[in-house]
Amino acid sequence: MELIRFAQRNYGLLLRALSEHTYIVLVALVLSVLLAGLLTIIAMFFKRVGNVLTYIFSIVYSVPSIALFALMIPVPGMGLGRNTAITVLVLYNQFILLRNFIAGLNGVDHAIIEAATGMGMTRTQIIFKVRVPLSLKPLFVGIRLALVSTIAIAIIAAFIGAGGIGLLITIGLETGNNNRVLWGVILSAGLGIIANGLLVFAEKKIK
Amino acid sequence: MTTNTTVAIEYQHVSKRFKGANYDAVSDVNISINEGEFITILGSSGSGKTTLLKMTNRLYDPDTGKILLFGENINDVDAVLVRRRIGYAIQQVGLLPHMTIAGNIAIVPKLLKWDKNRIETRVHELITLVGLDPDEFLTRYPAQLSGGQQQRVGLARALAVDPKIMLLDEPFGAIDAINRLNLQDELKAIHKSFEDGLRKTFLFVTHDINEALKLGTRVIVMNEGQVCQFDTPENIVKNPADGFVESLIRSCREQEKLWEGLA
Repeated sequence: MELIRFAQRNYGLLLRALSEHTYIVLVALVLSVLLAGLLTIIAMFFKRVGNVLTYIFSIVYSVPSIALFALMIPVPGMGLGRNTAITVLVLYNQFILLRNFIAGLNGVDHAIIEAATGMGMTRTQIIFKVRVPLSLKPLFVGIRLALVSTIAIAIIAAFIGAGGIGLLITIGLETGNNNRVLWGVILSAGLGIIANGLLVFAEKKIK
Repeated sequence: MTTNTTVAIEYQHVSKRFKGANYDAVSDVNISINEGEFITILGSSGSGKTTLLKMTNRLYDPDTGKILLFGENINDVDAVLVRRRIGYAIQQVGLLPHMTIAGNIAIVPKLLKWDKNRIETRVHELITLVGLDPDEFLTRYPAQLSGGQQQRVGLARALAVDPKIMLLDEPFGAIDAINRLNLQDELKAIHKSFEDGLRKTFLFVTHDINEALKLGTRVIVMNEGQVCQFDTPENIVKNPADGFVESLIRSCREQEKLWEGLA
């Protein structure tokens, strides 16, 4: 009951947190997919580069997010704020996306690739006309995993002043305002569930 | 039969060894194939027959030796261009599952930027040639076809741009006996149908001696990377060149005895 009353009183605050959060997540996701897509294409041509990139990003991925946010603050051009947060989120996503993208593209039936090569398709044509259309599902799974993890990790970004739902939680914790904290949890969990659901639905539409 | 003897494919001392292997997959192969021939390459697995085939469209490159197509060293030509000039069909067919049958057959014509009408006419021609009804099949997807039908489409796709050379890697290997016999007859008829016009050279890999002897105008028998014999089916049966060829024929004869015993 109290929770609802809090929401009625702080309607604008919650909505702003939600929209800030959604903005960070969407921008980070779009940039992540673009970067990972580019790196994946490079990896398809140079296998070793792909292995090295995946290894480097696996190390990045293993750094606790709060530490990575802190590490970025002294980097020139970064500092506190939303852009730094987005950069970190993009870096985090690379491991999830790259691994899923590369595995997906390489998972296409070998006989199909051999036939396509034998017919005289170039490597680029094989990537875009054969591998990508035949691995939409794993590509999509990668994007969905990245989205859900971005929504969660973006909460931590409040510590470096990125705003969003994380701010509700940190301020709530500092001031002992349980309603604030609870709303933060509800909104982030809700956002995650809805986003995941939408993508699962879209995934089913493919094939 | 032809009197013209243009050489279509020439292997000059071709050898190939795969990384990490301590024997040659193909060892000093030295043969030439005339335009319009239907050559079958017979051998057991590991004999090098598929490796030899795949070097012909540069899926593999030989370590030593040269391969000439109509006098041109294929090593001097971009691999992609070599492949577009050669039809290629494999046992697993490898149709693209996200494209319709029409789309699959049209792949190479599209790569060569043919105009739409020409592609459409050609696709109809080809699907009819391999014995499938255009109205029924062209809009279907590969998964909706039986194995035999898929292989027919595979052949149509390989023939799409009227290549002078066709490479066929055990295309009927996964097809049941009855359909297989039909397909063999039809393939032979298709090869014959080009005799008056643009003659085609077929190179057909198989491990089935009956198939090799039935289809081939000449047969290459391979064992352990080497060519044991390259001759007409009659001569191979009459005068086996070595112990291996002899044992092949003997094994086949023994099977015949089994049939006689059962009849």
